[in-house]
Amino acid sequence: MLTMKDLPEKLISFIQTWKEKEGNLIMIFHEIQNHFGYVPRSIAFELSEILDVPVARIYEVLTFYSQFKLEPPGKYIISVCMGTACYLKGAPGLIEELEDMLNIKQGQSTEDGLFEIQSVRCIGCCSAAPVLTVNDDVYTKVEKSGLKDIIKEYMNREKAESNKAQVTSK
Amino acid sequence: MIKAIIDGYEINVEPGTTILDAAKKVQINIPTLCYHPDLPATAACGICIVKVKSAMGERILRACCTPVEEGMEIITNDPEVIVIRQNVLQLILSNHPNECLECERSGSCELQQLAWEFGMKSRYFENIYKKVDEDDSTRIIILHPEKCIKCGRCLEVCQKMQNVWALSFLDRGIETRFAPAGDIDDVSLDDSPCIRCGQCAEHCPVGAIIVLDQTKVVWDALRDKQKYCVVQIAPSVRAAIGESFGYEPGTILTGKLYSALRRLGFKAVFDTNFSADVTIIEEANEFVERFVHEKKELPLITTCCPSWVDFMEKHHPDMIPNFSSCKSPQQIMGALSKTYYADKMGIAPENIFMVSIMPCTSKKFEITRSMEMFSSGHRDVDVVLTTRELARMIKQTGLDFAKLEDAEPDHILSDYSGAGTIFGSTGGVMEAALRTAYNLITKKELDNVDFEQVRGLEGIKETTVNIEGTEVRVCAAHGLANVETIINRIREAKENGEELPYHFVEVMACKGGCIGGGGQPYGVGISNEIRLKRMKGLYDDDKNSAKRCSHNNPYIIKLYEDFVKDPLGETAERYFHTSYRERVTYKK
Repeated sequence: MLTMKDLPEKLISFIQTWKEKEGNLIMIFHEIQNHFGYVPRSIAFELSEILDVPVARIYEVLTFYSQFKLEPPGKYIISVCMGTACYLKGAPGLIEELEDMLNIKQGQSTEDGLFEIQSVRCIGCCSAAPVLTVNDDVYTKVEKSGLKDIIKEYMNREKAESNKAQVTSK
Repeated sequence: MIKAIIDGYEINVEPGTTILDAAKKVQINIPTLCYHPDLPATAACGICIVKVKSAMGERILRACCTPVEEGMEIITNDPEVIVIRQNVLQLILSNHPNECLECERSGSCELQQLAWEFGMKSRYFENIYKKVDEDDSTRIIILHPEKCIKCGRCLEVCQKMQNVWALSFLDRGIETRFAPAGDIDDVSLDDSPCIRCGQCAEHCPVGAIIVLDQTKVVWDALRDKQKYCVVQIAPSVRAAIGESFGYEPGTILTGKLYSALRRLGFKAVFDTNFSADVTIIEEANEFVERFVHEKKELPLITTCCPSWVDFMEKHHPDMIPNFSSCKSPQQIMGALSKTYYADKMGIAPENIFMVSIMPCTSKKFEITRSMEMFSSGHRDVDVVLTTRELARMIKQTGLDFAKLEDAEPDHILSDYSGAGTIFGSTGGVMEAALRTAYNLITKKELDNVDFEQVRGLEGIKETTVNIEGTEVRVCAAHGLANVETIINRIREAKENGEELPYHFVEVMACKGGCIGGGGQPYGVGISNEIRLKRMKGLYDDDKNSAKRCSHNNPYIIKLYEDFVKDPLGETAERYFHTSYRERVTYKK
């Protein structure tokens, strides 16, 4: 379980400077998320004590802003563009298909922590709609039938990486 | 004063008066749904809109949160206003299940009432409500989130009035939902800091938060020939049950209640006011032990309120040494019925089925809160019904409550002093204890037993009482948000080794005390006006009592002679006292 002890010195002093100030929750949790990639539950509870703010209020803020993530992000984040062009070219169908394939909803990550689905606004290549990215890789004119191959590619990559790791450890 | 016109009538009001309140001066009740007189206006629902003509032109504004301004011309109803209100209702109903007949609040639902008043015979919008699982984890307070209309009253009550912070609004926009705070899906109300005070249910305008109904358990017991059903009624029940039968709040109906309970089939009818007198004997002695003999820490803090006990165990465990070890009157009555009474009557205690009628939801939790609640060797109290549940049972039987003749209780555990009856009001326990503590310390009787300074609806009431030249500083707080201040004052004094701010502190979780409890009739909705009327009922009952002090109650004297022997003695310790421990919230 993550605790405040897992935070770097710099972040601790950041929290100290914001402790008494108005609007501190958003500032502090932004930094927490920058560090962990999400806001861990155990940290939110510890901060409730430190800042003397009820857990209820903390989660009101954390769930109000979609920016805050409450679960660890997946290793490969599949971002489906929902800009106007992609939307019209079938992006919602892509998201549905991905949700079915990976058995998760938007904003969630798979149990093995490998994949996460999110929707994003226009990523600027409308002529190639519909578009999705997996981390920094861009896929254009994506069709539902092609999604399986995209997923497989990253699973293979993962397999190769873990084999390599095993070889080196031997 | 500010001058304005409402529906053609000129009004003069104090600056800051809202349109809603101003309209009442010309006999107009503007409809409300999210607004509640106990709480600040949140302007969430929009049903109270009115037309306002001023220098800024004609605007549609919410009456609950708009102060009257000089020269305003306000129209509270015309065809357009009514259509807008109907549209607001249509929108709310589009996200509300059509299950009125199965709903606990049917008949006392504010939305249902408005839907009727505005003639909502059909639905204009497609219904988009989603079925959500109920949360009955506390087994007392049950959440039905799909019925929520997002008025925010429960949050205001839970967070601000009670300082409990068990409920919160999560997510936003159309996804907004009220839920136990803490996480997304897996936290139940029982994991949260909820203290089961039921004020959220008492303030909910619809059936989104309800209280477990156990009338069936009691009917089954009454029909079971093996069981010897006995019953006790709490002080506040007599001052409020009449509201379910058309009486004014505060009408004392003790005799009719005894009568109704006998007609329901209870073999013996007891009065919790009697065991409140026992609580006072024990608690006053405990106070004297601490105050005069310095055996334990001061201040002494009262513990009759199970929600307060739960709150303290969760949030202020360092105060445990200050807590009175005395059980609440409900538990003392339970123990007495299965020991003293069972013995006198020659009934096997395992056959006795003790039902208590309480103004409280948390009392349902108290009966199993620790092993000490099984002091008779059985569960001391078997089931707790709220005032509302009893009213329902009486209605089911078809009894004409108003025409019932007064009946007598079973005197052995029923006759009470005025001190016992005021237990139901904030300040009452303190006042009752002072009457007896004075006698214990001085061996004299008070000339005037009325302690007016600890009465009324002020959140924190402080006074000093002179007992033979020694100043006793006392304090009574109600509405848990007020408690924090007091606890901090005591804690600070303790830490700095300063003189204590108080010697004796009374706390009741609900505003007004038990008379404003979460199990009282919904009626027209709780408000200070109703709280004051119920309180007056109890203080009048006190004034009309033959004995005003617990230690002068002849049945109490006999109980101690026959059974208990010494206050705080061995028997008292076994049946009348309990202990406390720290409890954690958010186990998950």
